[in-house]
Amino acid sequence: MNFSEVFKLSSLLCKFSPDGKYLASCVQYRLVVRDANTLQIRQLYTCLDQIQHIEWSADSLFILCALYKRGLVQVWSLEQPEWHCKIDEGSAGLVASCWSPDGRHILNTTEFHLRITVWSLCTKSVSYIKYPKACQQGITFTRDGRYLALAERRDCKDYVSILVCSDWQLLRHFDTDTQDLAGIEWAPNGCVLAAWDSCLEYKILLYSLDGRLLSTFCAYEWSLGIKSVAWSPSSQFLAVGSYDGKVRILNHVTWKMITEFGHPATINNPKIVVYKEAEKSPPLVLGRLAFPPPRAAAGPLSSTESKYEVASVPVSLQTLKPAPDRANPRIGIGALAFSPDSCFLATRSDSVPTAVWIWDIQKLRLLAALEQLSAVRCFQWDPRQARLAICTGGSKVYLWSPAGCVSVQVPGEGDFQVLSLCWHLSGDSLALLSKDHFCLCFLETEQGVGTAFGQRGDHT
Amino acid sequence: MGDWMTVTDPGLSSESKYISQYTSETKMSPSSLYSQQVLCSSIPLSKNVHSFFSAFCTEENIEQSISYLDQELTTFGFPSLYEESKGKETKRELNIVAVLNCMNELLVLQRKNLLAQENVETQNLKLGSDMDHLQNCYAKLKEQLETSRREMIGLQERDRQLQCKNRNLHQLLKNEKDEVQKLQNIIASRATQYNHDMKRKEREYNKLKERLHQLVMNKKDKKIAMEVLNYVGRADGKRGSWRTGKTEASFFLRNEDEMYKILLNDYEYRQKQILMENAELKKVLQQMKKEMISLLSPQKQKPRERADDSTGTVISDIEEDAGELSRESMWDLSCETVREQLTNSIRKQWRILKSHVEKLDNQVSKVHVEGFNDEDVISRQDHEQETEKLELEIQQCKEMIKTQQQLLQQQLATACDDDTTSLLRDCYLLEEKERLKEEWSLFKEQKKNFEKERRSFTEAAIRLGLERKAFEEERASWLKQQFLNMTTFDHQNSENVKLLSAFSGSSD
Repeated sequence: MNFSEVFKLSSLLCKFSPDGKYLASCVQYRLVVRDANTLQIRQLYTCLDQIQHIEWSADSLFILCALYKRGLVQVWSLEQPEWHCKIDEGSAGLVASCWSPDGRHILNTTEFHLRITVWSLCTKSVSYIKYPKACQQGITFTRDGRYLALAERRDCKDYVSILVCSDWQLLRHFDTDTQDLAGIEWAPNGCVLAAWDSCLEYKILLYSLDGRLLSTFCAYEWSLGIKSVAWSPSSQFLAVGSYDGKVRILNHVTWKMITEFGHPATINNPKIVVYKEAEKSPPLVLGRLAFPPPRAAAGPLSSTESKYEVASVPVSLQTLKPAPDRANPRIGIGALAFSPDSCFLATRSDSVPTAVWIWDIQKLRLLAALEQLSAVRCFQWDPRQARLAICTGGSKVYLWSPAGCVSVQVPGEGDFQVLSLCWHLSGDSLALLSKDHFCLCFLETEQGVGTAFGQRGDHT
Repeated sequence: MGDWMTVTDPGLSSESKYISQYTSETKMSPSSLYSQQVLCSSIPLSKNVHSFFSAFCTEENIEQSISYLDQELTTFGFPSLYEESKGKETKRELNIVAVLNCMNELLVLQRKNLLAQENVETQNLKLGSDMDHLQNCYAKLKEQLETSRREMIGLQERDRQLQCKNRNLHQLLKNEKDEVQKLQNIIASRATQYNHDMKRKEREYNKLKERLHQLVMNKKDKKIAMEVLNYVGRADGKRGSWRTGKTEASFFLRNEDEMYKILLNDYEYRQKQILMENAELKKVLQQMKKEMISLLSPQKQKPRERADDSTGTVISDIEEDAGELSRESMWDLSCETVREQLTNSIRKQWRILKSHVEKLDNQVSKVHVEGFNDEDVISRQDHEQETEKLELEIQQCKEMIKTQQQLLQQQLATACDDDTTSLLRDCYLLEEKERLKEEWSLFKEQKKNFEKERRSFTEAAIRLGLERKAFEEERASWLKQQFLNMTTFDHQNSENVKLLSAFSGSSD
């Protein structure tokens, strides 16, 4: 594992280009585009004010920089550095900005969610979409970029509009049977749209592409409902995490629950591997300790201060008692992610914030649990294989794969608090972001490490 | 038998006289009645009593004893023993009659007293035993009473406790129910409150948005604008098109088409996957069935097999399944009946296999249990012989049944082999079927060949006909020539005639 040097960053704005060639990062009002492998600066752009959001276009030719405070969006071209584009929303204000899948239109959401303006970079046309819903996830594009589903609210009722992205025509417009639509998401195959209600009511609705209601799922009444939703990449499963600390998996054939995964504070089953991160005092004698479970080549890992120990069952995990009488309590499943081959599901229960639970979807049971020393901030699967990277706000990054897991200290003077991370498209490198800096971690240079992690094989 | 004491009390005696006279008078009549009885039933005095009686009165103290007796008797109310005194100084003479009467009276009294005493004694005894009995009863009853009282107290106590508990539980239940109801009410009211508030806020907010929208739209100055160096080409390289009415409609239709195409593709893909899965599972089931059949069929040969029913059903199942196999291999539709048949046959086979395994287990356990005595061995052999016999019988019966069945169905079958067993027959049937299939294909081929040949023959015939016609024509012309030549030469003519006749004969 190789670490690059540390570079400056602000607002955790660091993104790989969709084709994997470049890495864009922001420092205050400057946008720096580097080569993804060598980290050499390719382009440098200057915006008018501090940048709040950046996004690559799908073809990796353009980058938009949104300046919410000024209500401006500036678009830069990689091929033609002198090309510039500035969209000023003026008094309408700006709260969100994103690309359309064809990379030639920009959707700006104005203040108060008054409207969504669709600016075109090819023509002089402008479209407006009225009454967009201000919710957690109100806009979603299909993976192939053909359709856009938008949540709307008129006359105290929720609607969903499906628009064709090629010509922005309205394809379907239907109302949803929800009290307060909280989010919508397309299935990866682009044929099913999941829409779920706010946490006051547990309801998730599944609509076909042509607007027909396929199914409704409601697990229980009255208590707080859905907190997070994730589709499996093969579109076979829909995982619904709720405030009762359980994840329910629905299957795509009947849209009925096939199993539910609970997150108890105590793990009793001896078949489950529990990795506990343990503080380890720095060794007095110079030498390298083997990290359990032992792997073929430990690699030149620097002496870390913590390691994983396989804890013996029964294991009880640290729980956090949520404050009563408050909205959005810290309980329930806050984060859900499927591995790219749909074989594993990683979850985090907010009442046990230091643990990451990894479920085997083929056998529908808990495979492993990782308990960290501090609360898990963010985890993300490698886009190519079943490898999970976790960060907890400390100076280490943790990697889990079915072969085992390892904790790696980010080298450098001072502590580099890893607040977020994101994988490169190929899974060869990982960008670690802290408050003011970022660095890149290359995973494929060491032969031993590579083969050890690559045991599951690349899924093409 | 105390000391006799002479009580001389003149005062008393005079009074007692009167009393005694009175009493004696009253007593006279009844005493006279009993006197006889008393005298009869007088107990002969024993010598001791005699001596005792003689101790009281002797020859010397007759006068004293008489006076004493007189005194005593008069105090008891009897009349005086003396005669009435004529003068004070003269000696009173004993009144014999009075004495006798007094004696009688005394005897009677004595009798009465004795009877009374006896009665009293018996009564006393009775009372005593009654008393004992009653005391026992009393004691028992007292005990019983005590125990039942204690029991009652205990039961009362328990009853009280249970009632207490019951009341508590009722109370708890009521409390819980109240609480649940309260919470539900709270929740329902809160929910309605939220909804109401939300709707109110939304309406307000909408008004605000409209207002703001107006403001923003009014300010349609250059502030809200896009400034771009030059317009970029479209990602897919196409040019933009004008949006007329027709193109709008076509866009709409095209979009609809695309959408439905995507949906259909997805459904088809999924259906393909499911069909593939189905086919695989069916294959697996078929495989399982075949293996199960092969597993169970050699069992019928072994004499150790005790489950006669299972062998019988195995036999019949093998026949059925053999037929089924051939049928199923012929078509592979997923129709309801074929699927049901497959699953039913699998279930049957599985049941048979399960029962077979269970029986084998029993067998094994029995083998472990049984010792190696000669008797046991012998009995087992007998048992096995018995089972063999029974099996044979059953097989024969089944054969008969099968032959009966087949006799009915045999009208179409070509080869009849009554002697072979039903199983072999059906195997042959299968073979026959295969053979028939082959023969049928052969036949078809032959038919084709025949057709070909026939066609060729007809062609040949046609050709032949044509040739004949040509030949005839040739002959006709040749004859004509001959005829023309015939006029010159007569003997040639006759030869020609012969030739003609020969030709005509051959050509016919």
